[in-house]
Amino acid sequence: MKRIYLDHIAGTPLHPRAGAVMSSYLESGAANPQSLHADGQRARQIVDDARVKLAQLIHSRPEEIIFTSSGSEANNLALKGLALARHNGGDHIILSSIEHLSLIQAARSLEKTGFEATRVAVDSQGVVDPDDIERALTPRTSVVSVMLANSIVGTVEPIREIARICRSRGIRFHTDAVAAVGNIPVDVGALGVDSLSLAADQFYGPQGSAALFLRKGVKLVPLLDGGVQESGRRAGTENVPGIAGLGEAASVAMEDMEERGKRMRALRNRLIQELPQRLEHVVLTGHPESRLPHHASFCIRFVEGEGMLLHLDMQGIAVASGSACASKSLQASHVLLEMGIDHALAQGSLVFSMVDDITSGDIDYLLDVFPPIVEKLRKMSPLYFEYLENSR
Amino acid sequence: MMYTEKVMEHFQNPRNVGQIKDPDGMGKVGNPVCGDLMTFYIKVKEDRIADVKFQTFGCGAAIAVSSMVSEMAKGKTLSEAMKITNADVAEELGGLPKNKLHCSNLGADALHAAIEDYREKNRDLKLEAEKSEPQTHEEAVVDSCPYCDGPREGMEKFCKSCQLELTECPECRQAMEKDAEICPHCGATRVRT
Repeated sequence: MKRIYLDHIAGTPLHPRAGAVMSSYLESGAANPQSLHADGQRARQIVDDARVKLAQLIHSRPEEIIFTSSGSEANNLALKGLALARHNGGDHIILSSIEHLSLIQAARSLEKTGFEATRVAVDSQGVVDPDDIERALTPRTSVVSVMLANSIVGTVEPIREIARICRSRGIRFHTDAVAAVGNIPVDVGALGVDSLSLAADQFYGPQGSAALFLRKGVKLVPLLDGGVQESGRRAGTENVPGIAGLGEAASVAMEDMEERGKRMRALRNRLIQELPQRLEHVVLTGHPESRLPHHASFCIRFVEGEGMLLHLDMQGIAVASGSACASKSLQASHVLLEMGIDHALAQGSLVFSMVDDITSGDIDYLLDVFPPIVEKLRKMSPLYFEYLENSR
Repeated sequence: MMYTEKVMEHFQNPRNVGQIKDPDGMGKVGNPVCGDLMTFYIKVKEDRIADVKFQTFGCGAAIAVSSMVSEMAKGKTLSEAMKITNADVAEELGGLPKNKLHCSNLGADALHAAIEDYREKNRDLKLEAEKSEPQTHEEAVVDSCPYCDGPREGMEKFCKSCQLELTECPECRQAMEKDAEICPHCGATRVRT
């Protein structure tokens, strides 16, 4: 059976060009970029080239890129590193309530060491209001962190406005752009951010390879102390194959993003339009327009996400769910709850996020097989029976 | 796959799905916060479960557990059915992932609640049963961190594997994250203080 992969948010497949540069490096013999001999210098050249390519993708300078092992590491480095640097003596941080757990938990850790953290609420479409950020600022605020795009509901946030507010007050601003970079145009200069995190596996690069953009002149305390790699901001021997793959994926993104985005947006819009026509009681989550082009997310009433996910999987379709049952901790995605979605509805969460081999036929197939799955599960759902009885 | 073949088989082809009109007993357990809701309906003839049906809102494990419990209960006497434990259900299914064991608790609880409802309606039967049947309800014992499956010794307040701070669930006394709102074992919710 042909597999239809609709779990971009968990990671994209590797682009063949990224795979090729990685194998070519590994097959020709690995070396340490810090070594002064020719082998080491060849590895260093690969890292430098990747840095230039990534810088081009996000319109930064190459020296403003710090390679990391994951988006989570980049987010931790940014929030903890900027907070601990206390550039204005402040000890107060602000973040939105729908940030990725790598930021939510990093903020908790900072609170344990004496920082104060404020979480700013979002509206029912997952949008952060820049005015709410402004109202939360105090004279002690040193860092603000709001994501560029949310992976659970797809909403793209008004980062430019928030960055402007922070900049005018001399407050550091970090954005988690892991879900966005390589999928929508990102220009760190135009956005006006001090730091920005990204991960290769969100744009057809390898897993275990990510980066933090840190504006020139912005000070940060490293998480990993040691050698001089990444200009002393992230010690440890460079992940050369991962970095090479990330660089190549950045080049591919520059060439393909526009066309790919256009194609996916059309298919995504079809799914958002046609699914509610084929199936009753479907709620779109996130913002209808200001959202990632490859991303459609819903809550399906009266059914639970893991059950739908397993049935779709058996039909060859891979999706994600933010339901409590689908999580290890048995808690529904905090993003859905923060948007005011109640627990029962949040249980019906499904996230369809497309990768670049998606076809119109795949969407047809999904629209054909999905409604019967929901009907089957609703037939055994006490919530659905309750609803039918009450509406009688 | 995280589930055994038997779980997947019951999940795909659940037995005894539906409602019984005018049931002799009905049991409703769970809440949508932790994910699962189960309703069991029974028909009783000569002290035996003549028919059983269920409705479940929940994950693959919850559906498979409901189906398995209904199969195990059918034809049994009421006291035999009261002795079906979560551990029996999990065993019949070839095991459940640790963070899904609470689903097996719910399944057994829903069946027992239906039987108790029947006995409540037939009070004389209830008194008789109480004399002969000690309470058999027991929660599945889990000796690992419910979040990462890492090993735990006793009631350690800290998971060495995933670094979470743990506390005891006030309902089922098993480990849950200190700041969690829902117990991963029994689904009990608590108000954050």
